[in-house]
Order: sequence, then C-alpha cells, then structure tokens
Amino acid sequence: MASRALLRIGCGAGFSGDRWDAAVPVVRTLAAAGGPAVLMYETLAERTLALAQLQRRQNPDSGWEPSLERFVRPVLADCMAAGIPIVGNFGAANPAGAAACIQRLAAGLGLGALRIAIVEGDDLLQGLAPGRLREVLPAAVAGRPLVSANAYLGAQEIAGALRAGAQVVVTGRVADPALALGPMLAHFGWREDDWDRLACGTMAGHLLECGAQVSGGYFADPGVKDVPDVAHVGFPIVEMRADGGFVVAKADGTGGCVDRRTVTEQILYEVHDPAAYLTPDVVADISQAELREAGSDRIEVVGVRGHPRPPTLKATVCYEGGWLAEGEISYAGPNAAARARLAGDIVRERLRGLGLSHLKLRCDLLGVASVFADDDGRWWEGRAPAEAPDVRLRVAAACAAHMEAEQVTRELTALYTCGPAAGGGVRSAITPRLHSDSCFVPREWLRTGWRWAA
Amino acid sequence: MSRIVPLHALAHGRTGDKGNRSNISVIAFDPAHWPLLVEQVTEARVAQLFAARRPTAVRRYLLPRLHAMNFVLDDVLDGGVNGALNLDAHGKTLSSLLLTLPIAL
Repeated sequence: MASRALLRIGCGAGFSGDRWDAAVPVVRTLAAAGGPAVLMYETLAERTLALAQLQRRQNPDSGWEPSLERFVRPVLADCMAAGIPIVGNFGAANPAGAAACIQRLAAGLGLGALRIAIVEGDDLLQGLAPGRLREVLPAAVAGRPLVSANAYLGAQEIAGALRAGAQVVVTGRVADPALALGPMLAHFGWREDDWDRLACGTMAGHLLECGAQVSGGYFADPGVKDVPDVAHVGFPIVEMRADGGFVVAKADGTGGCVDRRTVTEQILYEVHDPAAYLTPDVVADISQAELREAGSDRIEVVGVRGHPRPPTLKATVCYEGGWLAEGEISYAGPNAAARARLAGDIVRERLRGLGLSHLKLRCDLLGVASVFADDDGRWWEGRAPAEAPDVRLRVAAACAAHMEAEQVTRELTALYTCGPAAGGGVRSAITPRLHSDSCFVPREWLRTGWRWAA
Repeated sequence: MSRIVPLHALAHGRTGDKGNRSNISVIAFDPAHWPLLVEQVTEARVAQLFAARRPTAVRRYLLPRLHAMNFVLDDVLDGGVNGALNLDAHGKTLSSLLLTLPIAL
C-alpha cells in the first residue's frame, strides 16, 4: 500500500510549560492525511525530572508531568479513533503513575482500556548499586545526596512497544529525538546499525522535539523576521520516507511558518560539533546537510549522515543546591538609575555588616542592563550605567541556608523605608535550587526494556 | 569607504544551552554575505565580545551549505540553568549580544 511509504510524526509539546492545546490542530492534520501517524510529547527538560523526583518523595502517587492530563485530554479520543499512537516522556520520575493517569482519563472519556506501554531502565538510583554509580560520577557531585540520576535511553525500547501494538508509550528519560526515531524504527524496520537512516530519523526528531521552535516560535523579530499569525503558531509535523528523506511541515490552519530560516536555526539548536551530534542511537552528522523548499511551509532536509553510536550513555544527575533569594524594587523618573544602583549598594553593604559577605550576590538594573552581564559583574567594568526613566533593581543571591536567604529578601524589602527616594513595588521570593551535572555510563550496566502498564 | 553595520543587519541566529556551554548559530540572510561573515565573525572577535564571561574555549564550525556557522562557547553560563543567578540562566538572549558585532561592508 502506497501510504505505508510515509510516516507522519506530529509534536504536541516541546517542553513542560508548553501550550496545552497545541496538539489539537496537529492531530486534526494527521487524521485528515489518513496515513500512518504518531503524536509525540517532549516535556522533560534536565531540571524537570529532578523536580518530579522531589515531588514523588512527598507523594508516591505523583512524579509524572503535572500537566499530563491537560496535554492529552483534548486529543486522546481523536488519536485513538484515528489509530494514532501517542509517545511521550511525560512519565518523568513515575512512568507507571503516568500510565495509570492516562488509563483513568481514557475510562472517563469512554474509550475503554488502552494498551499502554512503559519504558524502563533510565533511573540509575533504582537500577545501579550505589557503588557502581559512584565510579562514574563527576568529582563535584561526590559525597552529595542525589535527587535524581537518569540515563538518556535511545529509541529501541519505544520501537519494541509500538511493534507490539502499544497505543500509548510512556517513558521517563530518553534522548528527546528518540521519541520520533522509535516510531520510525517500528514503522520502517530500519536496522540498528543503519547509521544514515538512524541519523535522518534523529535529526527529524531533533527538529520536532522543541515544538514550535522550528515553525516560527523563538524566531520573530518585527520588521526583520516577521512571522504570520504568531499568536497561533502551528506545531510541527515531519513526513518521513522509508529511505530517510523527510519534510518538515506544520499543522494545517495555524499561524507560524516553516522556512529555510526557521529550520536552519533549529537544526543547529543545542548542537555543538555539527559533524558529531551524539545520541544514544547514532552519531548524527549534519555538516553536509542541505535544505530544499518543498512547497508552502514545507522544507525538505537532505544530506544527513550517520556514524556508529557511542559506547556509553549520557546521564544527568541532580542534587540539592541550597536556596535562591531574589528581590526587586522599582525607581522611575529623574535619576532613576542612580537611585536603583544606590539601593543595590545598600543591600550589599548591609549583608556585609550582617556577616553574609560570603554570599554570592548579583545586582541587575532592569531597564538599563540585566541579562547580558555575568554573575560576577565583570561586564559592568568600565561601563557607566546609562540613564533610563524606569529602572528596577533586582538582587539575587545563592544561599546554603534558608535563614541566609530570608536575610537577603528582608534587606531588599527594608529598602521601602531605609532605601533611596521613591522606591516601590517590592517583590521577593525564596526558591530551592537544584544543581545538575552529567556523566557517562556503559550501556551494558543498564537493564532497559518496556512492559505493559498494569 | 566601508560602512559599519551590526551583524543583526546581515544575519540571524539562535542560542542553545547544555550545562555550562552555550551554542550560538549565525546564519546569513543572503548567501552573498556568507564570505564576509566567515572573514569577520571569527573565534577571536566572538571571544572578545564575550570576554566578561571568561569562555575557556570558543570554537566556530562552518556549515557552508546552510550559509551558517555555529559558535560553541565553553563555561560562559555561570553554571548554567541550574546554577546561574542570571534571570536568563539559559543564556537564551546571548544570540542578540552576538548580533551586535560590528561588520564592515
């Protein structure tokens, strides 16, 4: 059958904070096209998994993507009716819990029991003896209690579950492009060492995994790079052929755009050496890749090559990192920048007097300069702060103890009465910090696989 | 007589982050400007522009078929998304800093 020659993969979310309704036009487009299709969700950034692990410690019946139901509810019935499997890393620290959540949702929608598969083996705190893990941990992490340690798994487990007929595949940590490559392996039957095709599938997944970033999101620059109807930016759909050639498109009837510029920006996103993009499944090489226009909002990607996969798997480890204290206060009108700067100097001086000069403290003047500067303030050296009519001081400090963080926000708040003239609009917050680091684990140490959800 | 324009007039780009490492793409709007970018948007000039962040390495990879280059700056994110005090701990805004680089036409 001719339609088997093409597999469409749509993306429903590119991060945990993404739009809840983005998948609706994607699924409508996939269903209208009629051929084989899969919907993927990528909701698990480096830090997100550690937060999920902390949440699960508080409540064993949690630890998956908090918006799971919000993401899946609007499209679950349509996907199941059209035979579109859903693959997502929304399992986070508790894939079995996420699977149960989806099963409950399906029952509530009158869909009956779904075949839901769970991918396992990424969690190193469960899967490895503590001594084994210590062998590969970076020196900075040694001796610290870990919040999470997860290896990035590849596409094989996802492919296995789909071949067995899974309607939904729930994973924890997998390489983001594997969410798209897994369905391709299952559909086309590509060999595990068909490096060129694996690299094509991986780069297709790479272009999908951040959602709208390939179709007009993270792109608009008014008058320079205009994006049509960007408020309703459509999420991407890849059309993959059996030979590994593919086209990037987007959901019908949506805003945004897919063109040479958007695809070039996204193909290099978070890439280091373009000739060696390391993933668990393949080392992808885009150094000779080319883009071709293939119609309106359609770009064909050609020339992607692959090399044998690395012998180790990357893992991210997270550990508790104390507290972040932040506070802000505004100054406006004549001499605003000078008053805001004085306010920052007062906080610094007060903390010194309180014996907290060891704290790492950062002061920004929002409206003058904030994000370009480095934490140590070297960027400011030799620069006179520009005058600006509306300036907000922001102080931020890294604190080991909560009490230290409280003293920082207290000093900021006290600027109301003790600080420069006409300061207003104080806001402050204390949030827990998580540090992360990465290491590499030999593949053979891990027992990875998939199973049916209970 | 050459005219000076910001890189923003000739190219666009995007920042990505992994850990304490930032990558910034620079992509010519017009392929005709590509040789000019290769000549003037060098590792040395980018290292100078980001000097306050003390990069331990700045590497440039060229992608002539995409009229693009990819800069990789090591250790410039004050520890990265989980460590930095910067409001923009990812360094998402840094492509806009790179696009301020003056280019002589």
